[in-house]
This record gives sequence, structure tokens and C-alpha cells, in this order.
Amino acid sequence: MVSLAISFLLGLMLLSVFAVIAMRNLFAAIILLGIYSLLAAALFMTLDAVDVAFTEAAVGAGISTILILATLLHVGHDTKAKKIIKPAPLLLVLAVGALLVYGTLDLPEFGNAQNRVHQSEITRHYLEKSPGKNGEIGIPNVVTSILASYRGYDTLGEVTVVFCAAIGVMSLLGGLRKKKKQTTVSNDSTTDSAS
Amino acid sequence: MKILYLFNYWIVIVIMLAGLYAVIASSNLVKKIAGLSIFQASVFILYISSGKILGGTAPIVDSSVPADVVFSNPLPHVLILTAIVVGVATTAVGAALIIRIHRAYGSIEENEILEYEE
Amino acid sequence: MKHHLVLRVVAKLLIPSILLFALYTQFHGDYGPGGGFQAGVIYAAGFILHALVFGLESTKKIMPLWLLKILSALGVMVYAGTGLTSLLLGRPFLDYYALAEGVHGQELGIMLVELGVGFTVSSVMLILFYLFADQGTEE
Repeated sequence: MVSLAISFLLGLMLLSVFAVIAMRNLFAAIILLGIYSLLAAALFMTLDAVDVAFTEAAVGAGISTILILATLLHVGHDTKAKKIIKPAPLLLVLAVGALLVYGTLDLPEFGNAQNRVHQSEITRHYLEKSPGKNGEIGIPNVVTSILASYRGYDTLGEVTVVFCAAIGVMSLLGGLRKKKKQTTVSNDSTTDSAS
Repeated sequence: MKILYLFNYWIVIVIMLAGLYAVIASSNLVKKIAGLSIFQASVFILYISSGKILGGTAPIVDSSVPADVVFSNPLPHVLILTAIVVGVATTAVGAALIIRIHRAYGSIEENEILEYEE
Repeated sequence: MKHHLVLRVVAKLLIPSILLFALYTQFHGDYGPGGGFQAGVIYAAGFILHALVFGLESTKKIMPLWLLKILSALGVMVYAGTGLTSLLLGRPFLDYYALAEGVHGQELGIMLVELGVGFTVSSVMLILFYLFADQGTEE
């Protein structure tokens, strides 16, 4: 039953992905990308990853859609590509796909509790020792305990990455309007020297 | 039964390849970013599916939950949670670069930019 | 969008509940799905809705860019500062047992760390939105 629900959601995602690639209008493509993210969030929900589903719905379907739409506001929303199917990339992609399909044959059975991932010592430790009154962390949501306490270093690095992204975008776009004349001048000089 | 779960993996692989194809083949830079997002999300699905236990539930271990309940593996969830937020950070920086490229070249089509360079 | 009366009234009703829901997500992350990342994004979404309906300039009066820059750095500092505090108290970096006795130290540490994450993520998302939206409209 769960497998059927997963297949259904994956089928819808596949449709939206093909629509994103085939769509000439970028505005429609980005909205479809948001729908794809929302379907991914629903899929994470059926796979019991509630925190991931929450994040994907808020970040993937919300913020990144808004950011790319704001980009389109600036760069226009028409593509000039005439043909969608190109032989060389298609061959490369199909070769990668053949390798990946060969790799799936060795994957452990989906959803089996006896899989090695679920029986490993560290998983059992997180699930059995961390929650509860006498546990190591004492809060019910194991994902939060791992995220903020056991793997606090990871999350510190991640927050730093997000902060660096803000710095990067600020240095790329911030104060661009005031210096616009200067940048066009410097562009001309670089093209002159290049040619 | 084995074919059914393998079939689901194969759909995920097709989605992943579609994303990869969009990154390589489309000349429009915004489409490339979209392809990158598609690729990312499909990798997340593949990763999260390794943590699922059929008949299990979300890893929120409360005292009110009966003792015989099985919980899904929380470790992939944490890793992917991190990856999603880093993903939006990369998307933002990529979109900012597209705006700068549009400022400099007046186009976001890869072949037109290359022509301008020559 | 000044003339859309329905949008403006609905947005005025929605924004406080979005911000409240963000705070719920922030502090309920220990017991249910949620945490700093989700809360930060939802908090930013409330302000983005305000900017979409009432215009970017009026949102900038409520939440100026310089404040966001300070808040985004403050979040990282709260996070790293929690780690340094436990270091100064004689335990390893980010070991929350140093902050209070037993499990309470963990709860306090996780709350502080998630608060830092929430600060950084919400202000960074708003900074990104300000910069992108500004580029488009000022042409």
C-alpha cells in the first residue's frame, strides 16, 4: 500500500519534471518546479521523514521558488532554445542511467527492518538511549537531538554556510545600482583588452 | 515484490537523469538551476528511502508511544535536513550570478554569451 | 498592489498568525517536527508576504537591512558562543552537559543553538529576498 502511494507520487513528480524541461516559458517552469518540491515533501511524509517534509515544503517549495521568480523578474522569462532533444547529452545521461540501474540491483530491500542500516549500533543508540527521562538528551524528537546535540558541529558548519551565502549574494548584488555606471565602463574596458 | 520496490528506485533514477539532462543540455541558465534543484531533490528521496521501515513511524519517541512501535532511522533525515538548507543557499548564489551575467552580457542563453565572448 | 483591498485585509490577518506559527515551530522542535531552520524560513515568509502586498519599501521600514545583517551574524555568534561557553566551563566544545545538570543542560543547549539557527536562517532568507526583489523593481 505504501509502495503504491510512493509510486503514485513519484509518477506525478516525473510528469512535473518533464514539464519543467519541455516548458518554453520560464515562469511556468519555475512554478512547476515548486509543485515538484511540494510533491517531494508529500513523499518524504510517506517515508516517515516529518522534519524533512516540513523543511522541503517551506524551503524548496517556498523560498527557492520565490528567489528564482525574483530572478526572472529581472532577466525575463522566455527561452530561445529551439530544440529540446540533443543527442550527445542524451547518450551521456543514458549511460549514467544504465550504471545507476545496475547499482540498484544490489540495494537492500526497501523498508525491511532487518537491513544493516537499521540494525547498526549507532542507529540503535540514537533511538534507544537518547530520549526519555533517563536518556542522554531527554527530548522526544530524535531528529532534533541528533541535529543540535550529537552532530552539533555539522549544524554549526551549515549555519556558517547559510551565512556565507548571504555574504556572497550581498557582494554580488548589494550596492549594484549605485555603481552601475562604473561596472558598464569596466566591462567595456575588459572586452577591449580581450579582443 | 522485489520488482515493485526496484521499480520505485528506477523512477527516482529517471527523475535524477532528467535533472542531469536539464543541467547539461539546456542552454538557458535558469533552466540549469532548475535542473540542479530537480537532481538534488531526487538524491534526497533516494537517501531518505534508505531510512524507511515499512510499518514504522516517524522517529519521535514519546513515553505515550506503545513499546512495540518501530521507528524509522533518524540519521538520514538529519543529513538531508542539512542538505536542503545548503541547497537553497547554493540556489540563491547561482541566481545572483545569473543576474550579474545578465547585467554584463544582456542574455542568459549560454550560446549567446559564448558568441559575445568571441 | 495598493488597491487590492481583499489582499491587504487578508494579509493583515495572516501575517501575525504566520509569525506566531514560526515561533511555535521554533520552540516546539523538541517535541514534534520543527526547529530553527523551518521556523526561520516561516518567519521570513511572513515578512515576504508583507513585502509582496504592501511593497518592499514599507517592509524595509519595519525590518531594515542593517538590522538583518546584524541579526544574521548574531545567530552564528549565539551558536558558536554556546559552544565556547561549554568550552570555558571545562567541557568539550558544544557539550551541553556543562550548561546545567544532566538532561536540563542538553535542553538548554539545544534551545540556544536552535535560537541561533533561527536568527541566522530567517534574516539570511530576508536579506536574499530584499536583494533579489530590489534588483528587479528598481530598473
